[in-house]
Amino acid sequence: MTKSYEEIPLTPISDTPSTINLTGYWRVMRPVVDKSKCKKCTICWKFCPDAVIKLVDGEPVIDLQYCKGCGVCSFECPAKCIIMMKEGDL
Amino acid sequence: MGKPTIPETEFTFPGSTGCPGCGANLVMRYLLKGLGERTILSIPACCWAVMPGYWPSTCLKVPLLYTAFEATGAAMSGLRAALDVKGIKDVTVVGFAGDGGTVDIGLQAMSGAAERRTDGIYVMYDNEAYMNTGIQRSGSTPWGAWTTTTPVGSTHGFKHEAKKDIMAIMQAHRIPYAATVSVAHPEDFIKKVAKAKEVKGFRFIHAMSPCPPGWRMNPMHVVEVARLAVDTHAFPLYEIESGKVRITRKGKGAPVSEYLRFQGRFSHLTDVEIAAIQKAIDENWQMLLAKEASGT
Amino acid sequence: MREVMTGNYASAYGAKLARAEVIAAYPITPQTSIVEKLADFVATGELKAQFIPVESEHSAMAACIAAQTAGARTYTATSSHGLALMHEVLTWASGARLPIVMTNVSRAMAPPWSVWVDHMDSIAQRDTGWLQFYCQSNQEVLDTIIMAYKVCESSGVMLPAMVVMDAFILSHTSEPVDIPDQALVDSFLPPYSPDLKIEVGKPMGFGSLVKPDQYMEFRYKAMLGMKASRDRFLRVEQEFKNIFGREHGGLLERYQCDDADVVLVAAGSVAATAKDVVDSMRAKGHRVGLARIRSFRPFPHDEVRALAGKVEGIAVLDRSYTFGAAGAMFTETKASAYSVQKRPVMKNYIAGLGGRDITPRILEKIFEDIQVVSKRGAEDEVEWVDVAGLPRRWR
Repeated sequence: MTKSYEEIPLTPISDTPSTINLTGYWRVMRPVVDKSKCKKCTICWKFCPDAVIKLVDGEPVIDLQYCKGCGVCSFECPAKCIIMMKEGDL
Repeated sequence: MGKPTIPETEFTFPGSTGCPGCGANLVMRYLLKGLGERTILSIPACCWAVMPGYWPSTCLKVPLLYTAFEATGAAMSGLRAALDVKGIKDVTVVGFAGDGGTVDIGLQAMSGAAERRTDGIYVMYDNEAYMNTGIQRSGSTPWGAWTTTTPVGSTHGFKHEAKKDIMAIMQAHRIPYAATVSVAHPEDFIKKVAKAKEVKGFRFIHAMSPCPPGWRMNPMHVVEVARLAVDTHAFPLYEIESGKVRITRKGKGAPVSEYLRFQGRFSHLTDVEIAAIQKAIDENWQMLLAKEASGT
Repeated sequence: MREVMTGNYASAYGAKLARAEVIAAYPITPQTSIVEKLADFVATGELKAQFIPVESEHSAMAACIAAQTAGARTYTATSSHGLALMHEVLTWASGARLPIVMTNVSRAMAPPWSVWVDHMDSIAQRDTGWLQFYCQSNQEVLDTIIMAYKVCESSGVMLPAMVVMDAFILSHTSEPVDIPDQALVDSFLPPYSPDLKIEVGKPMGFGSLVKPDQYMEFRYKAMLGMKASRDRFLRVEQEFKNIFGREHGGLLERYQCDDADVVLVAAGSVAATAKDVVDSMRAKGHRVGLARIRSFRPFPHDEVRALAGKVEGIAVLDRSYTFGAAGAMFTETKASAYSVQKRPVMKNYIAGLGGRDITPRILEKIFEDIQVVSKRGAEDEVEWVDVAGLPRRWR
C-alpha cells in the first residue's frame, strides 16, 4: 500500500524488523528433524544462515515461517537426523 | 548434550532476503556475535544492501548506513569523525562491503581510510564476483572461475587473471590487525572479531562467503565448501598482527579438486588447468609459511 | 572585526564561525587555501572540529554524508573536476536530506585544462537537489555560508547547499571583509540537532531500498524542501540583517531595475562589474538595470516573472554552456518569463568561459545590443561573446 507523502519520513529510514518478510514461502524443500536420533550437539543451530533454528532443551526447533529450505542444517548434522523433504510431499 | 560453542545472542532478525544458504548471511551473523550491540555498520551497494529488505524493513539489530558503492572507507572515516567530535565512545564503526566494492571500486577509499588510520573494522565478505548484479567477475574472482563476464567459450574461456591478494595489500598499509575468517569455523571467526574489536586503528577482516547461485552449487554445501577451501589451502586462515603473519589453522592440505568439484563454476576445467590451480595454491601456501617463519 | 582577505579565507572563516564539526576535503586549485586555512584553525584549536584529509573529492562528500547522518555539522569545499567527481554523491546528499554546506570555487572544466573561472562546474550540478548561491563579493561568501546552514538545517528544508564563488576573481582577490563576532553568530545559528541520526541503540537503516510504488513520494518531499527554502532564505536573510546589519539582495538582487527598459541578468562577480556599467550608462541617460541571480536553486521564479512583466528586454549572461537550446540561466529565466502577459524580448549572451575577461566595455556592448534587440527582435537568440573569428567585435 503506497503511503502518502505526508506519512513517510524525509528519507527512507528502516525501523521495522524484517520479520514482516515471511521467507518460508520460498521453500521447495523442508527440513524434518528426527528427534529420536538427535544428539543435541547444537551444530544445526550454529550453521543456520538465517538463524531460524531455536534450541529448546538442546533440540532444534525450526521456524518454518522463515526457513528457506537451504539444507545446510541437514548436511552439517553429524547424526544425519535432519532430512530434506519436498514441500509438496508433506 | 552439547552447549553452544559460540555466543547465543542473535543480532539479526529472520526474514532477510538473502538467497537460501547465503554465505554472507552467516558472515554477518558471526560478525555481530563477535562485536555486540555497540556497532554501527556502513554498507555500500552489494547483496547486503538488498538483504535487509525493502523499506521499512531491516533485518539487523544494529544501526546501518547505506552508502554509494565506492564510499565504504570514506563513510567509515566520516562516522568515526562525527562520533569523536561528539565525544561518543565505545562504538565499533564497521564498513561491511563485498569483494567488488573493496578490491575494485572501493579500493581507493579503503586505502585512504587505512592510511588515515581510521578507527574502524573493514569487513570484506568475499563471494568472489559481483553477485548482487548477477555474477560478473571482480578482481577477487579466482583464476579458472566461470562468471557471466568470463564465460566459457571457444576464444577465451573463464577468468585468466589471478585473484587480487587483498590481505597483502592491507599488510602493505601497515595496519595493526588483519585476519581471514571462514563461516566453516565460527569459533575462530568470532574469536578473531572479538580480538579485532579491542585493537585501535584500522582493522581488516577477509571473510570467504560462498554463494550458491554464483558458485553454481547446492546451498546445503555452503559450510562444507567453506571448510574445504580452508582444508585445501585455497583460503588459508591466518592473522597479520602488527605486520607479522600467523597461520591460525594449518589445514589438511587436501587436493584442491575436492574443493572445486562442489562448484559448477569450475566444472569446465581440464585436469591440466586444475593442476595449475593446485600449483598456484601450493606456492601461495609455501609463501605464507615462509612469511610466518621469517616473522614478516 | 574588519580584515582584508581573499574569498577563500572568507570561506574558511564562514565555516569556522558556523562551527563546522567535521570537515572532509581534498585539494584542488583554486580551492586549496580554504582547506589549508581550516586545517590551521583545527591545528591551533581555534576550531573544534575533526579534519579528514580524504583521498578524493568523492570520498570528501561521502565522509560528510556519513558524519552528517551521525549528527555532526559538516563542511567541504571543491572546484571544477572535484565537484564533477562528487556528482554521484551530491545526489545522495540531497536524497538523504542532509544539510551539508559546501563552497564551490567555480572553475572551467577540461579539456582544455583551465584553472580560471566559469560556471560550467556548478551549473552541471543544478539537477542534484542542492541549493545554489552565487556570490559577488568575499563578504557575501562569508555571510552566505552562515546563512546557508540556518536555511538548510530548518526542518522544512533539510537539503544541502553550495555557495559558489568565482575562481581567482573572488577566491584569490583580497577585499575588506567584516568577520562577525562568534557570540553573535552563535545567537543566530544554533547547534545542529536533527530529529533522527544514526546512533548506537537505535537499530535503523538510513537510505534503504524503495519499490516503484513508493519512490515518487520521497522525491516529492525533496521538491517540497526546495520549495520551502525560497521563503526560508528570505526570512533568514532578514534575520541576518537584523543581527549583523547587512544583507545581499535576496534571491534575485535588483539594481536600478524599477524603471529600467532593459535589464541584464547575470550571476557571480561579473554582476558586480555590471553595476558599475549600469551607473555609467544611467549617467548618459540610458534606463538600464542589473538583476543578479543570487540563488539559482531555488530559482527566483516569482521575482523573475515580476521583472519580466515590467521591462522590454532581458539580456541573460551565462558564464557556462550546456549544449542545449541555450544557456542554463537563460533557459530558466525564459521559462519564468513565459507566463507573463506581455513578454519581453530575451537574448542569451554566452561569455567569460575559461576565465575570459568580461570587461566593462563588453558589458556596455551587451546593454547596447539588448536595447536594439528589444525594439527590433533578436535575430539569433543566443550569441557567443568575444570569440575570435566571429564577425562581431566586442573589445
